[in-house]
Amino acid sequence: MVQINLPKNSEVQKGIYYQDKTGSKNIRKVNVYRWDPSDEENPRVDTYEVDMDNCPSKVLDILNKIKNEIDPSLAYRRSCAHGVCGSCAMNMDGKNGLACTKPHSEIVGDINIYPLPHLKVKKDLIGDLSGLYKQYESIEPWLKTNTKVETTEIIQSQKDRKKLDGAYECIMCACCSTSCPSYWWNGDKYLGPAVLLQAYRWIVDSRDDERKERLKKVADELKLYRCHTIMNCTNACPKGLNPAKAIAELKKMLATS
Amino acid sequence: MSAYKIIDHEYDVIVLGAGGSGLRAAVGLSEAGLKTACISKVFPTRSHTSAAQGGISASLGNMGEDDWRWHMYDTVKGADWLGDQDSIEYLCKEAPAAVIELEKYGVPFSRTEDGKIYQRPFGGMTKDYGNGIVQRTCAAADRTGHAILHTLYGQALKHNTEFFIEYFALDLLMKDGECKGLIAWNLNDGTIHRFRAHSTIIATGGYGKAYYSATSAHTCTGDGNAMVLRAGLPLQDMEFVQFHPTGIYGHGTLISEGVRGEGGYLVNSKGERFMERYAPNAKDLASRDVVSRSMSIEINEGRGVGKDQDHVHLHLSHLDKSIIESRLPGITEAARLFANVDVTKEPIPVVPTVHYNMGGIPTNYKAEVLTGNDSNKTVPGLMAIGEAACVSVHGANRLGSNSLIDLVVFGRAAARRAAELVKPGTPHEDIGESETEKCLERFDKLRSANGENNTSELRLAMQKTMQSKCAVFRTEKTLKEGVDEIRKTYDGMESISVKDRSLVFNTDLVETLEFDNLIRQAITTVDSAYNRQESRGAHAREDFPKRDDEKFMQHTVAWCNGKDTKIGYRPVTTKTLTNEVQYFPPQERVY
Repeated sequence: MVQINLPKNSEVQKGIYYQDKTGSKNIRKVNVYRWDPSDEENPRVDTYEVDMDNCPSKVLDILNKIKNEIDPSLAYRRSCAHGVCGSCAMNMDGKNGLACTKPHSEIVGDINIYPLPHLKVKKDLIGDLSGLYKQYESIEPWLKTNTKVETTEIIQSQKDRKKLDGAYECIMCACCSTSCPSYWWNGDKYLGPAVLLQAYRWIVDSRDDERKERLKKVADELKLYRCHTIMNCTNACPKGLNPAKAIAELKKMLATS
Repeated sequence: MSAYKIIDHEYDVIVLGAGGSGLRAAVGLSEAGLKTACISKVFPTRSHTSAAQGGISASLGNMGEDDWRWHMYDTVKGADWLGDQDSIEYLCKEAPAAVIELEKYGVPFSRTEDGKIYQRPFGGMTKDYGNGIVQRTCAAADRTGHAILHTLYGQALKHNTEFFIEYFALDLLMKDGECKGLIAWNLNDGTIHRFRAHSTIIATGGYGKAYYSATSAHTCTGDGNAMVLRAGLPLQDMEFVQFHPTGIYGHGTLISEGVRGEGGYLVNSKGERFMERYAPNAKDLASRDVVSRSMSIEINEGRGVGKDQDHVHLHLSHLDKSIIESRLPGITEAARLFANVDVTKEPIPVVPTVHYNMGGIPTNYKAEVLTGNDSNKTVPGLMAIGEAACVSVHGANRLGSNSLIDLVVFGRAAARRAAELVKPGTPHEDIGESETEKCLERFDKLRSANGENNTSELRLAMQKTMQSKCAVFRTEKTLKEGVDEIRKTYDGMESISVKDRSLVFNTDLVETLEFDNLIRQAITTVDSAYNRQESRGAHAREDFPKRDDEKFMQHTVAWCNGKDTKIGYRPVTTKTLTNEVQYFPPQERVY
């Protein structure tokens, strides 16, 4: 039998244990993945005892509490704090989501926090999304129209506009793509659910005049058909969108065109 | 500072910030053939423009007759006559074309039955110079900012704008009163970058995080404003901080004015629609300063709701379910997540929450930065747009949906002006090393800071001071306390502590640099407020309840060096840009 081991320097080690100093009786243990590229050390998991009596309801509040009161060196992205900017996407309790909208009360036992899976880690909870951003660029996310009218809008019926609902709301947090086993395996070639949802968004926009060309461009063994309807994407989306359905629609359009 | 490796770049123009205004400028610059870099501390679609909900104003007239002159009148009145009427004319006249352009870029606007852009009523937006409500605010459901931001990023990609993402800007490079570029720290690999440019456009947004409870993102720290202060230039009208009437109680999340635009209303503990008393005509759609003050009075007089009677209720459960679903899906989700409220059944608990900075870097309507002396002299090589700028179109109070239009109209104007001023490929003169060294000295000092005060503790002290001493209602006493307290917090920086010494994604240091930026703006804000002895727009002095046009129909200009400020005043522009509209002289402001 072949035995597969992780390279020595990627084995996650037991990290520092930060004991509670507040004397709180309501403590939760929070295990956080840490890795700093500036030292030669292996990744580790630090454990923080957090006083829950003085902590608001979301996982992001826990991280902010750790950073403000226990360990300022902890690195993570965050910005809007209400689920519209997509910065604080991470893996909590084994599931991808936004730390700012995930209630910690939904997590039983110790709270485990890791970066989004299968990304190169830049530091601690910060993953490298540059590959996904390049793929986003590749679907040319802008309106292509031949309209000559300059002074008024392009007319779009309410029915046609409705087709964009469920697609334009995507915040590009990457929770879906990084939960997809196909994307883990072929992330350099398969576009993944986040980017395919955006490809779909432009394809179904009634104002766009290059629907056919766009469809043709994604109709590729690797770019599109690596989707095996595992549905992790839809399960992971913190905005309640359904990228799997959009991908299925794309496949259907190609099958019937 | 030779320890830091410096990487040099040369561009025709650089844009600092990749929100709505920065991206719109970058698109225009690239179109004009200028070699453009867009630098941002966050990936563009993470910018706070994404949080704008209700819409973008423009007198398209899709839902009934409208005229840009009516929009101009509303904006002048909303600004309580502190806005510059040449800039406001420019804003309102250019607005329809700017929105049509966004639609052509692909923004998924909601639609009317005949397929045009849907427009909703918004606070302070009226027809025929204050005679009735007009539907002027163009909306993409209640996610208009998100839709615009993502679309503009797509356009920037289309035009091959060069992005420098997750670069934290440190300081401007100034020489003999001219801006020559800036220095930034690349968080991805820890390197220091020197960007040279013939024109530097600041689009860094507001500084809401100087306050404790704000709808602003964690990243809204006004970095560009602080860079301008450190360059020895002033900020304008910093005392005018907008409190949005409807932030979710306890959390601060924004609930769009669009809720009231669609028919929602505020209620006190007696079940009374109290806005009818304060603004008999506009009621819940009076301008934001008026509504926030009315709410504060209700709460102060004991008619607040909840255990501590410290907030009020926003009702929308009477609205048609299909309207809530199609036009207000985002706030439905926010209310569920952050207030545990089902909006179809229960009211949302809301409280006035810091939302927007009318003040900022003084500019003319072409987005050129002013030196702040009353001559309207500009600073060569420096421009500012968006919330970072004070054009001033919002004066003492911004109308809802006037900020998104401000972003695109002046983003476009800045690109146009830069294209006039800069010839592509012009070589850069040598500027020596002294500015770079000064900048890196500050950087290195903070990076190795070894004191006793945590950044987070100092930040919290600053936020609490601003929240309690420089809030909706102000007095000589509270402001004086604020002026003193904020300086104590500033002094705490002498012994600040940064634990992380690394250079890659050192967010401990980022937050310390951001705090250093915030505290300077907090000082100019509270000092400017202390000196303005009148009530105007968002600046409500209990001890000076009347507007004083004779003394204070002027812009505050504040220079800040460390904790020392110098306050001056410059006249408000009382001329319009063209003869297509006449100057609107000051009137009593009632809604």
